[in-house]
Amino acid sequence: MDQTYGIFLYVISLLTMGGIYAILALGLNIQWGFTGLFNAGIAGFYAIGAYVSAILTTAPTARHLGGYEMPYPVAFAAAMIVAGILAWGVGRICLRLRSDYLAIATIGIAEIFRLILKNETWATNGPRGVSMVPKPFATLPEPWNHLAFLAMVLVTVAAIYLALETARKSPWGRVMTAIRENEPAARAAGKNVARFRMEGFVFGCMLMALAGAYTSHYLKFIGPNATDPLTATFLVWVMLVVGGSANNKGAILGAFLMWTVWSATEILTSRLPDDLSIRTAYVRIFLIGLVLQIVLQKFPRGILPEQRLASSAKAAENTGRPADRPST
Amino acid sequence: MIDFIGDLVNFYLIPGLVLGSIYALGAIGLTMTFGILRFANFAHGETMTLGAYFAWTLVQLTGWHPIAVLPIAMGLTVLVVLGIDRGFYKPFRASPTIMLVIASFGMMLMVRSVVQFIWGVQMKAMVPGIQMPVVLFDWLRISPKHMMIIASVLVLMFAVHYLLTYTKIGKAMRAMSDSPELARLTGINTEAVIRATWIIGAALAAAAGVLLAVDTHVETMMGFKLLLPVFAATILGGIGRPYGAVAGGLVIGMAEELSSYPWIGTEPLLNPGYKAGVAFAIMVAMLIWRPSGLFRGKVY
Amino acid sequence: MLRVENLNMRFGGLQAVRDCSFEIEAGTITGLIGPNGAGKTTTFNMIVGELKPTSGRIVFEGEDIAGLPAYKLFHKGIVRTFQIPHEFGQMTVLENLMVVPPDQPGERLFVNWIARAKVAARERQVRQRAEEALEFLSISHLRDELAGNLSGGQKKLLELGRTMMTDARLVLLDEPGAGVNPTLLLKIRDMISELHRERGYTFCLIEHDMDLISSLCDPVIVLAEGCVLTQGKMEDVRRDPEVLDAYLGGGEDE
Ligand SMILES: Nc1ncnc2c1ncn2[C@@H]1O[C@H](COP(=O)(O)OP(=O)(O)O)[C@@H](O)[C@H]1O
Ligand SMILES: [Mg+2]
Repeated sequence: MDQTYGIFLYVISLLTMGGIYAILALGLNIQWGFTGLFNAGIAGFYAIGAYVSAILTTAPTARHLGGYEMPYPVAFAAAMIVAGILAWGVGRICLRLRSDYLAIATIGIAEIFRLILKNETWATNGPRGVSMVPKPFATLPEPWNHLAFLAMVLVTVAAIYLALETARKSPWGRVMTAIRENEPAARAAGKNVARFRMEGFVFGCMLMALAGAYTSHYLKFIGPNATDPLTATFLVWVMLVVGGSANNKGAILGAFLMWTVWSATEILTSRLPDDLSIRTAYVRIFLIGLVLQIVLQKFPRGILPEQRLASSAKAAENTGRPADRPST
Repeated sequence: MIDFIGDLVNFYLIPGLVLGSIYALGAIGLTMTFGILRFANFAHGETMTLGAYFAWTLVQLTGWHPIAVLPIAMGLTVLVVLGIDRGFYKPFRASPTIMLVIASFGMMLMVRSVVQFIWGVQMKAMVPGIQMPVVLFDWLRISPKHMMIIASVLVLMFAVHYLLTYTKIGKAMRAMSDSPELARLTGINTEAVIRATWIIGAALAAAAGVLLAVDTHVETMMGFKLLLPVFAATILGGIGRPYGAVAGGLVIGMAEELSSYPWIGTEPLLNPGYKAGVAFAIMVAMLIWRPSGLFRGKVY
Repeated sequence: MLRVENLNMRFGGLQAVRDCSFEIEAGTITGLIGPNGAGKTTTFNMIVGELKPTSGRIVFEGEDIAGLPAYKLFHKGIVRTFQIPHEFGQMTVLENLMVVPPDQPGERLFVNWIARAKVAARERQVRQRAEEALEFLSISHLRDELAGNLSGGQKKLLELGRTMMTDARLVLLDEPGAGVNPTLLLKIRDMISELHRERGYTFCLIEHDMDLISSLCDPVIVLAEGCVLTQGKMEDVRRDPEVLDAYLGGGEDE
């Protein structure tokens, strides 16, 4: 009985974190899948969301900025707005240049943000992080509190999924595809390419911030390690590429799948003796990196390839685009 | 007055020069892969890490000085990088270069995890013990390791200069960096040029890693920490411009060190915790005002 | 309608367009001819904002438009086609056309979520217009084909079709007949003249087929080595010794 209950709780936590990663992967899908933008600083926007939401909701404390005790929806919205403004700034500088520059700048932003988190102790409590972050539904009895949080995450994923599917099939999605297919022709058709790119980038970053906010409340804690480029940025890329970029279902599938693999292997390696366990952790990272490389080379369309359709059935049944994108 | 200048030179300018010349070595390789293979190589930092660990292991095995084993460490790193190119970058030669950026991003974590697996995450000292600085003219203090680093960098840079200016492959590399279409038309063997680019880039990156380890220590994150300043140096110098990369590296290194000098009052101008932010700030400024860099490199 | 004054374009050491001045009168079909490499496409690219001229003025309906971005010029009524077809390869033919019209509320991301009816209504109009264009081009049967799978000639038609999706004032056609079979070429000629007549578009077209030029265009502007050589009626231009020299003396003589 106890063991089944333990497994039950484990599955709930798996689904909750999987759902949070699904939000991240959907955010990246807007940027990479729809818009063709390389964001190497997912961790940065994720952490911004996490810290903003945590600081706005915690009770007064001397350890860090806080004591605003705002309601969750306000905190979530604020997290997304702050990340959106920052993304806009980054976009203003980089989106007119080739995608490599955006990659460099976003990884830079993530690092700078990590420096700020570590150094501005008065606001963030430095390396010790923000603890005692309130958790929604905490007053409900076990296991309903966990279930309610899971429901919140899954409803969010579903809402984002529906919103993105609408967007993909809309004239907006059509222009996005056109830009990706042939940028000069899109310009010649009067499309302000920079504006569309900016929308994709900012919107994606806002979703990443929301995922960050959820994480800080779920774990009741957020520290600078959350900005670790490994888990936050890299894993999300693997999820999207494996699941199938430019496919929203693929992003969600990839997130749950890779999160399950990631956390299951963690359980396995943690059973090993200490010394070995630390080392096999690196084997895990290596293997997941290898998965990314193999998928990129051999199955570039992922598990669920992109579906193109807006106006017709023919396009949907056609095998879709080749993996290679036109370079920008 | 002498005190003031002495402080500035001994504790800020010389370390800035040392750091800057290490950045410069890293940036030469990065700017050449960017110029010739046309992608931002995220794994370049890990190449530096790898070089440092190879050298550390060789020092442990032979007991020689790190500078003595440097050529071997460079050679080993080159072999690994050529292998990586064969297995992970070559399949994307005909693809849009963003695929290479993703592949190199994945490679960054793969190489780092291998390093962490083999050598562990403990910091290691390349040269044990503390060396006394040599004092010149009463006030100029320069430690032997710094002299050695600067001397090594100078030797390597002259070698690269010779290679690019006087050898056939060097000229082909510059031609390809200037205009790949033209280079192909004139019958340059692009695969040979690409191989040469990786060899030079990896060798210099390994050297940068080893020299940084001589100055500080060996650790698994050292390459990642170098990545941002080296990217900044590349953009500052102009992409595809090796000499620009040298200038960019020196400027970034100096700026990082001088930013924590107490220019106003007695407090450091910038909290030393934000040193790494200086490179980023310079890079962002360049991207806004002059993306082609100081030496009119390429903008894509 | 459009006046080009002392236009210059340098690519590094190469001066592609040199001190070029000419005028396109409203209501005409102006031909732009000249040997390969004369700078015709480059001139087009400057007019539509794809390239920023090194110097010179481009005045469209009284306003200097040199250096304005391409997408803004589209909204001022300048539309162009490409010498090498620039189709959206992985989109269907119908979608290729539906992308073009301006004033689509659904191009704003948020509008799709909050005002779906408005989006759907405009979408019906856009689709209707695209279907009509396909009908006009007689490629309705290809509406659901991916544009990347079309033949060269069909892609040329699609290029032409995109200019019909907006209320253009000046349409610049870059070699609409290049690589197209003679039967289709005649059809394209008729389509251009019908669009000119029915919709009142002003055309400027680059073409190497002299029959097409002489049956459609008046006046004709001749470019050679980046300079305007001469302009006027096709019959006159044809007899101009300088023009003959530019065309014939280019390659073989030296
Ligand atoms: N983007 C460019 N960069 C460098 N040279 C160019 C570019 N575009 C065109 N050129 C050169 O300018 C000259 C004119 O080209 P173009 O305008 O395409 O001629 P055409 O009259 O055949 O359309 C050619 O010599 C061409 O090589
Ligand atoms: Mg042309």
